[in-house]
Amino acid sequence: MKATRAPSHEDRRVWLVIGGIALISLLLIPLSQALFGLRFTYTVRVVALGGAILGFISGALGCFAVLRGESLLGDALSHAALPGVAIAFLLAGRELSALLIGAGIASWLSLRFVAALLATTRIKRDTALGIVLASFFAAGIALLAYIQSIPDASQAGLDHFIFGQAAAIIESDVRLASGAGLVVLCALALFWKEFKLVTFDAEFAGANGFRTGLINTLLSTLIVVTIVLGLQLAGVILMVGMLIAPGIAARQWTNKLEQMVILAAVFGAFTGGAGAVVSALDSDIPTGPMIIVAAFIVVLLSLALAPGRGILWRQLRMRANRRVFAALNTRRDLYRYALAHGAADSPVPDDFIRGVGHRSAELGLRQLQAESQATLGEAGWQLSESGIELARRDRRNQRLWALYRRYAHELSLPSVTEDREAEIASLLPADAVAKLEAKLVERADA
Amino acid sequence: MDNPNILALSVDDLTVAYDEKPAIWDIDLDVPEGALMAIVGPNGAGKSSLIKAVLNLIPRAAGTVSFYGEPYEAARSLVGYVPQRGSVDWDFPTSVLDVVTMGLYGKLGWFRRPGKAERALALGALEQVGLIDFADRQISQLSGGQQQRAFLARALVQDAQIYFMDEPFAAVDAVTENAIVSILRQLNQRGKTVLVVHHDLQTVAEYFNWVTLLNVEIIASGPTAETFTLENLRKTYGGRVSSLHGGQLLAAGAP
Repeated sequence: MKATRAPSHEDRRVWLVIGGIALISLLLIPLSQALFGLRFTYTVRVVALGGAILGFISGALGCFAVLRGESLLGDALSHAALPGVAIAFLLAGRELSALLIGAGIASWLSLRFVAALLATTRIKRDTALGIVLASFFAAGIALLAYIQSIPDASQAGLDHFIFGQAAAIIESDVRLASGAGLVVLCALALFWKEFKLVTFDAEFAGANGFRTGLINTLLSTLIVVTIVLGLQLAGVILMVGMLIAPGIAARQWTNKLEQMVILAAVFGAFTGGAGAVVSALDSDIPTGPMIIVAAFIVVLLSLALAPGRGILWRQLRMRANRRVFAALNTRRDLYRYALAHGAADSPVPDDFIRGVGHRSAELGLRQLQAESQATLGEAGWQLSESGIELARRDRRNQRLWALYRRYAHELSLPSVTEDREAEIASLLPADAVAKLEAKLVERADA
Repeated sequence: MDNPNILALSVDDLTVAYDEKPAIWDIDLDVPEGALMAIVGPNGAGKSSLIKAVLNLIPRAAGTVSFYGEPYEAARSLVGYVPQRGSVDWDFPTSVLDVVTMGLYGKLGWFRRPGKAERALALGALEQVGLIDFADRQISQLSGGQQQRAFLARALVQDAQIYFMDEPFAAVDAVTENAIVSILRQLNQRGKTVLVVHHDLQTVAEYFNWVTLLNVEIIASGPTAETFTLENLRKTYGGRVSSLHGGQLLAAGAP
C-alpha cells in the first residue's frame, strides 16, 4: 500500500506558480513605479486594492461556474443585474450598497426565472439563458435611458455599470467588497465538501442524503453575490470574463480542486489589480475590458504553456513519443531481419530497413544511433550489444503479455491492466510471471 | 440467503412519468435480503428510472418504497449507489482516492471533513477493486473499466446493506468485469442485497440468483432459475429474443 504523502513534483510546481503570481501582484505597484515612473496616488492605490480583492473572490468562485459548465449562466446573471441597479437608483438614489442589493435581487430573480422556464416548459437550457439575458438586459438599458431623461437626477456614472469603471471606487467600496467577499469565502470553506460533491456527482450526493437542491441554490447565490460585487469594476457585459477566466487558466496547471481554486483566486487578484490600475491611470479606458484583456492573456499563456495540459507541452510529448515508438519499431525490424539472416548481430541492408519502416525508419534509426543501440557499417545496420539485449527483452515481454491475455483466466492470474510497453514483471507478481514463463517454455516445446 | 422472509426492499404501486408518458408503471417489487438481482429489459424499459425513483432522485408520480420496512429518509445509511459511469465529468480536477472518499461524505454529514480514518477506509476499498496503485492519479487518467471500479470502490466504502448499481458492466474490459463479479459475490456472501441494472442476457444466469424482468411494467420477478425463462423473456422483449439468443442463454449454468 502506498502511504507516502510527500508533496509531488506537480504539487511543488503549482505552489511555485501560486507564490510567484502572488509576489508579482504584491510588487506590482513598486515595480511599475520604478520601471515606468508611474505615480501612485492614494486613489490609484485604493483602486488597485479593490480590483485585487474583487478579482480574488471572483477567481475562487468562478472555478465552480467553470466546472459546472455554467459559464453562460454566469453571463446571464450578470447582464440581468442591470435593471436591478436602475430600479434601486430610482428608489434609493446613488448609494452603492443599495445599488448592489438591487443588482443582487435582479440577478437572483433571473436565476429563479431560468429554473422556472426549464421546469415548466420544454425550452432548452441555452435558449432559456438567452431569453433571460436579453430581456433583463434590455429592461436595464431602457430604465437607464429613462433615468437619464429625468432632469436633475444625479445619475452621473450609473452607466459605468455597463462596462465597469474602477476610477469611481472609493475606500468605503473596498471595505464593503472585502466584508462581503470574506463572507462568501467563509461560506465556500464551510461548505467545501458539499460543493465539491454536488459539482462532481449531484446524483450520488442526492443518494447520500445531501439536499442537492439546497446546496445548488446556496452555491448559485454565492456566485450571484460575487458577480454583483464585481459589477462596479468589470461591468455587467464583461463580468463573466472576470468570473471564468482565472478558473480556466488555473485548471491548466493543476489536477486538484483545492489548488485550482487558490490559483484562480491569485490569477484573479493579479488581473483585477493590474487591470484596475491601468484603467485608473487614464479615465478614458474602461476597467472591464482592461481586466478581461489581462485575464485572457493569462488564459492564453496557460493554455499554451502549462505543463501536462498545455498545447506546447503536448506537442513536445507527442514528438518524444514518436521518437520512442519509431526507435522501438525499427529495433524490432532490425532484430527480426537479423535473426532470420543468421544471428542477432547480422547486418541489415539500409535500403531494406528504410523500405519497411518508411519515414519513421529515418527517425528510429537516428534515435537508435544516438543511443548507440545500432551502428551503420559497410554491409548495413548492425544492432549493438545493448540493442540486442533490449530487443531480446522486448520480444520476451511481448510474448508474455500475449500469453497473459490468453491464459490469465485459466491460470487464475491476478487482473491488471495490460500495458504492453511496460515490463510485465513490473505489473504482475513474481509467481504469476513464473507461471507465464513456464507456459512460454511449454509452448516452445510443443 | 440470510433470511428470505426479511424484505430488504419493498416497492408498492410505483409510477414515474416524464411528460405524461409513464417511464415505469405501477411497479410492485419485493426483494428479499441477500438477493443478488439483475434488472433486465429492453432500452427505454425504465430500468434506470426504477432505481432513481426508488432512491428519491427523480419525482414519483405515485407509490411507496421502503427499505427494511423504513422509508428512504430513515434508511438512507443502509443504501449504497453506483450511478452510470457516464453521468459525471471525468475531467473533474480530483484524484481517484478523493472520489472514493466521497462515499463517506454522507456518513460525515454537513461540515465535517474526511480525515485519516476515512483515508484508510478509502484505500482499503481501492485495494479490493485492484486500483490501489492508482490512488493518487487524476481520474481522467483512468480507463473506462477503471473508472467503473473507482465508482464501485466509492460504493463499497458506504458499507451499505442494499446496493443499487446502474449498468456497472456497460462497456468495461474483461478484467473489470471479473473484478465486479467477484465483488458482487463477496457482497452476496456477506448477506448484502444487490440490485444491478444489467444488459447482457447471456450472463444473467451465471452472475445473479434473482432477476426482475422489466418493460415499463414488471413482467416477472423471482429466483433466476424459475423466472429467467424463454417465455418471460419473450414477454419482456417481444419476439426478438428468440431469434437473437435462442434457448442457449437459459442453459448457461442456472443455479
